[in-house]
Amino acid sequence: MNATELSAREIARLVALRELSAVEVARAYLARREAVDARVRAFLHPAPADEVLRAARAVDEKVARGETPGPLAGVPVAVKDNISVEGRPLTCGSRILEGYRAPYSATAVRRLLAAGALVVGGANMDEFAMGSSTENSAYFPTHNPWDLARVPGGSSGGPAAAVAAQEAALALGSDTGGSVRQPAALCGVVGLKPTYGRVSRYGLVAFASSLDQIGPFARDVTDVALALSVIAGHDPMDATSAQVPVGDYVRAAEAGVRGLRIGVPRELVEADGIDGDVRELVAAALETLAERGAHVEECHLPTAATALEAYYVVAPAEASANLARFDGVRYGFRAAAGDLEAMYARTRGEGFGREVRRRIALGTFALSAGYREAYYLRAQRVRQKLLLDFQRAFARYDLLAAPTSPTVAFPLGERVEDPLSMYVNDICTIPASLAGLPAISVPCGFSGGLPVGLQLIGPAFAEETLFRAAGAYQDATSWHRRRPPLGGLAPAGGRRRG
Amino acid sequence: MTSPAQGWEVVIGLEVHVELATRSKMFCACPATFGDLPNTNVCPVCLGLPGSLPVPNRRAIELALRAALALGCRIPPAARFDRKNYHYPDLPKGYQISQYEEPLGIQGHLDLPGEDGEPRRRVRIRRVHLEEDTGKSVHDPEFGTLVDLNRAGVPLIEIVSEPDLRSADEARAYLEELRDTMLYAGVSDVKMEEGSLRCDANVSLRPAGSQAWGTLVEVKNMNSFRSVKLALEYEAERQARLLSEGLPVRRETRHWDEREGVTRPGRGKEEAEDYRYFPEPDLPPLALPAAWVEEIRTSLPELPAARRRRYQSLGVRPYDARILVAERHLGEFFERAVQAGAEPQAAANWTLVEWQAYVKETGKGLAERPDAPEKLAKLLALLARGAISGPVAKDVFREMLETGGDPEAIVAASGRQQIADEKELLAVAREVLSANEKAVADYRKGKRNALAFLVGQVMRTTRGRANPEAAARLLERLIEEG
Amino acid sequence: MTQPIADEVVRKVAELARLALPEDELRALTADLARILERVARLGTVDVEGVPPFSHGALLESVWREDDPRPGLPREAALALAPEARDGYYRVPVVVRRDGEEKP
Repeated sequence: MNATELSAREIARLVALRELSAVEVARAYLARREAVDARVRAFLHPAPADEVLRAARAVDEKVARGETPGPLAGVPVAVKDNISVEGRPLTCGSRILEGYRAPYSATAVRRLLAAGALVVGGANMDEFAMGSSTENSAYFPTHNPWDLARVPGGSSGGPAAAVAAQEAALALGSDTGGSVRQPAALCGVVGLKPTYGRVSRYGLVAFASSLDQIGPFARDVTDVALALSVIAGHDPMDATSAQVPVGDYVRAAEAGVRGLRIGVPRELVEADGIDGDVRELVAAALETLAERGAHVEECHLPTAATALEAYYVVAPAEASANLARFDGVRYGFRAAAGDLEAMYARTRGEGFGREVRRRIALGTFALSAGYREAYYLRAQRVRQKLLLDFQRAFARYDLLAAPTSPTVAFPLGERVEDPLSMYVNDICTIPASLAGLPAISVPCGFSGGLPVGLQLIGPAFAEETLFRAAGAYQDATSWHRRRPPLGGLAPAGGRRRG
Repeated sequence: MTSPAQGWEVVIGLEVHVELATRSKMFCACPATFGDLPNTNVCPVCLGLPGSLPVPNRRAIELALRAALALGCRIPPAARFDRKNYHYPDLPKGYQISQYEEPLGIQGHLDLPGEDGEPRRRVRIRRVHLEEDTGKSVHDPEFGTLVDLNRAGVPLIEIVSEPDLRSADEARAYLEELRDTMLYAGVSDVKMEEGSLRCDANVSLRPAGSQAWGTLVEVKNMNSFRSVKLALEYEAERQARLLSEGLPVRRETRHWDEREGVTRPGRGKEEAEDYRYFPEPDLPPLALPAAWVEEIRTSLPELPAARRRRYQSLGVRPYDARILVAERHLGEFFERAVQAGAEPQAAANWTLVEWQAYVKETGKGLAERPDAPEKLAKLLALLARGAISGPVAKDVFREMLETGGDPEAIVAASGRQQIADEKELLAVAREVLSANEKAVADYRKGKRNALAFLVGQVMRTTRGRANPEAAARLLERLIEEG
Repeated sequence: MTQPIADEVVRKVAELARLALPEDELRALTADLARILERVARLGTVDVEGVPPFSHGALLESVWREDDPRPGLPREAALALAPEARDGYYRVPVVVRRDGEEKP
C-alpha cells in the first residue's frame, strides 16, 4: 500500500495507531511530488523536504509520547499561495509579492497544523485569485493531471491539481466566485465553498472580502467534511466569522440523502454555454440521488441569470480597494522611481499582471464618482434580489443542484486572451458566492476522458445537508476513485508495518 | 489683524478630529501610546499586511458614543463602516476605515458660552463618526519621505459642525468649548500639540444679510487654538479682498503657514481625489442597542455648560465660572473648597487669585497639597467671622500651604488674630492721630481719602491685625470728638 | 451601441488606481472594459425598484475586541519586509507636489 492512495481520514487513523508513521506518509508524498510535479506544476513553493520531514517527525514523536496527534495527524496538505503560512513565501501568484514571506499564519492554517497536518507547499493560482484557469499566475501555468495540455481550472488550480495528482491528500483553496468548486470539477476532485463566515478569512489575502471563503479540496467527500470540521468556527481575528456552532460534518457525509428535497434551478442548468455532456451527466447524477431517496424537481432562480454581471462589478470594486495596499512602501516589489507618485504607478503597473490591472480598473470605475450608482449600487441591488430568490427557493428545497462548470477543462491558451470567455466559466458558481451560501462540487462522470462536477448549494450554514447529499452520491458512484493517467506511483514509503 | 472688509459675512464650519483615549488601536491590539520610537507599535493589521483583518475596539466605540452623546447627538440603531480610498505612504491599506453614510452620531449641537453666562450661539453638529488615524510622514529633503506607522490605526472621531460660525473668534471659542466638553466627557486628553485634537475649517464669505452660500475654501494645518484664529482671520480677509475687487474665490484646499502667517494652496490633487466610498465588507454593521446607549448617556459626568450653570447658580460671577470650568484643576480646587463649606464667590476669588498664583510660582498642585481646599474653607471661615483680616489671611494661606499647618493654629501661634475691639485699638488710634495732624486737618476739610490713609497707618502699626472697618469707625469718632 | 467607456475615463481610472500603463495597453484596456461593461449593462434589465443594495448579508452580530494592548511585530521583522527602510522608518521617494502650486 502507498500512502498517496489513502484518504486523509485513513492516514490520520493509521498514524494515531502507529500503524503508519507520519514520516512514511511524508516520504511517499514527497516522492510523488518529485515524480509528477515537473509535469503538473501544482506548486509555486514546494516546501523543502527536510521541513516536511521535520514536521512529520514532530507528529510521530507526539504519538510516541502518547498524546493525541489530532484529526489530521500526518496528512499532507497543499495550501493555495494566497493563504499565509508563517515563514513561508506568499506571492498570490503575483510579481508584486515576489520574495515576500508571511510573518504570521492564517487561522485556518494554524488549525490545520494544530490538527497534525503537514503543509507540503504553496500551490499555484491565478494572480490574486483572478481567473478560472491558473494561467494568470505570474510564474507558470498549472497543468490538468487528466490532460496535461489542458487547464486545471482556477483560480485554485494548483491546490486542485495537487490533490488530483496525489501530491497532497488535502488542499486549501479560496473561493470568491467559484475558485474552489470549478477547479475541483475540472480536476475530478471534491471541493467545498463553505458558507460566508464559516471559516476565518484571517490570513487569506483578500480578493473580494464580502465573497472570499477558504475551502478544502480532497479526493472524497468525507475528507472534505473532515477538513472543514478542523478549519471551521469563530475566530476573534475575523469580525465576519460566524458564531454558529460547527456541525458533525463527517457523520453527515454518511447520513444519507433520503427525504431531502432538491431543486434544480432552470436558470443554472439551461444557461448559455453549458455543454451537452455536462448537462446529461448532471441530470444522471440527479437521477442517482433520486434513486437514493431524494425528491428532485425543477425550480427557478430568476435573478441568477444576471448574477455573473453583478459579480463582475462587485468583486472588482472590492478588489480595487483590497489591492491598494500593494504600493511598494511596506513590502513586496517596488519599481525604481524618483518621486512617490511615479513609484506608486510603476510599481503597480509593473507588479500586477494584465488581468489584475483589468479588474482593478473595472472596480475603480464602478466605484468612481458619477458611475457608482449605475454600476456598484445597481449590482448590489441585483445581489440583494438574488439573495431573496434563494430565500424563496430554500423555503421549498433543502438543496439546489446545478453543474459546477459549464464545460470540461479547456486547452491551455484557448481563452486567456479573451476575458469574457474566461468569466463565463463562473456562470454556475457565482450565484451561491453572491448569496454567501455553501456549495460543493463532486465528481459526477467524464466527458471525453475529462471530469465533470455536480454542484450542490445549501442554505447558509447547512453544510451538513450538503455533505449528506454529496456523501450519498459518492457512495452510489465510483467516479471519485478514478485516477488521472499520470503514470506509476512512486515506489518508496507508506508500507504498512508488521 | 484687521477684521474682514465691511459688508461681508464670514461663514465657517469646522471639522475636528479627536483621538480617543484608548489603550490599544481601533482595529488591532497594538498600543496606542504617544511618543514611542518609530514603527514600534505595529502589527500585521495596522501595517496592512496581506491577509490581515480589522476587529473593532469596543472601548473606542464606547468613547465615540460618549462624545456623540455629550454633543447632544441622536444615535441611530446601527452604524456602518465604509472604506475611504486614497493612496498615501502613511495610509497602509490604501484606504481608511471610516463612516460615511451611517455615522454613529447625527444632529447634535454645542453652545458657545457668552460673557454674561448665557449661550451666545448654538452651533449645530452635523455628525460624529469613528475612523482610524493615519501614520506620520516626515519629509526630509535629503533622505526623502520617512514613514512612522505608530499612529496608524489609532481611533479618532471626526466632529463635523454645520456652517454656523460667523467669525474666527467664534471658531476659536467653539474649539475651546469642544475641547473642554471632550475632556469632561472622558473621551480624549485633547492635546492639540500632540495632535490628539486637530482641526480643519471650511470658510466662505457672503454679502452681509445674504442667505446664499459663497465658494468654500478648506483650510488645513492649523496646529493650535491661536493658529485657528489667525488662519481664519487671514483667510476671511483674503477672500474679502478678492471679492471686493470683483475677483472669484477658487474652491480649493489651503494650508496655514504658521511662520509666514498666510494660507497657501495645497496639492492640486486634493480637489481631484475621488474617495470611492463603499461599505467596509470586513466589518459587520455596528449595532447600537438603545439600552447600551442609555447606559453610556447616564454615565456621562457633568459637562462644562452644566457646570458653569451650576457655579452661577451658587452665586459665582459668569466670568469666574467660565475660567473655573475651562481650567479643570482650578475647578476641582474650587469644588472641594465649596464642599468644605466655603462661600462660593469667595472660594472662586481665592482659587483664581491666590491658589492659581501659588500653583504658577511653585509648580505644585492638588497632588502635592491634597488638603489645601479644605484648609482654604477654614481660612475663609476665619475671615468671614472677622477673626483675621484679609491681608493676614493671604499670609496665612501661603504659610498653611508651605507648612501644611492648620489655619486656626497658624493664626493662634502667630498672634495675628484680628483686633476689632475698639478698646484694644484705642491706644494705637490716638497715637496715629497725634502723629498725623496734617491728615486729620485734611479730613476735617472734607478729604475722605485722608481717612483711608489714617486707617492704613493703624493697619501698619498693628501689622495688619486691625479690622479696617472697626479702625475707620473709631478714627472718625475720635476726630469728631476732637 | 455607443462605447460604454471613453479613453479619458480609463485614463482617469488608471490614475486613481495608480497604474502606470503604456499607451497601447491603455487602449487595449479600454477595449476590454468596453466589452465587459457592455455585458454588465444587462444589470439594467433587472427590476430592482425598492430593493436596497446588499451590504452585509445576514451578518448582524457586532464582533469586537476589548481594549487590551498587546505587542505586535518587532520593528526589525516589520521593516525587514520593506523595499527600503532608514533609521527605523519606512523610506519612500519624495512626495512631489503636483499641479495646483501657486505662490501667494
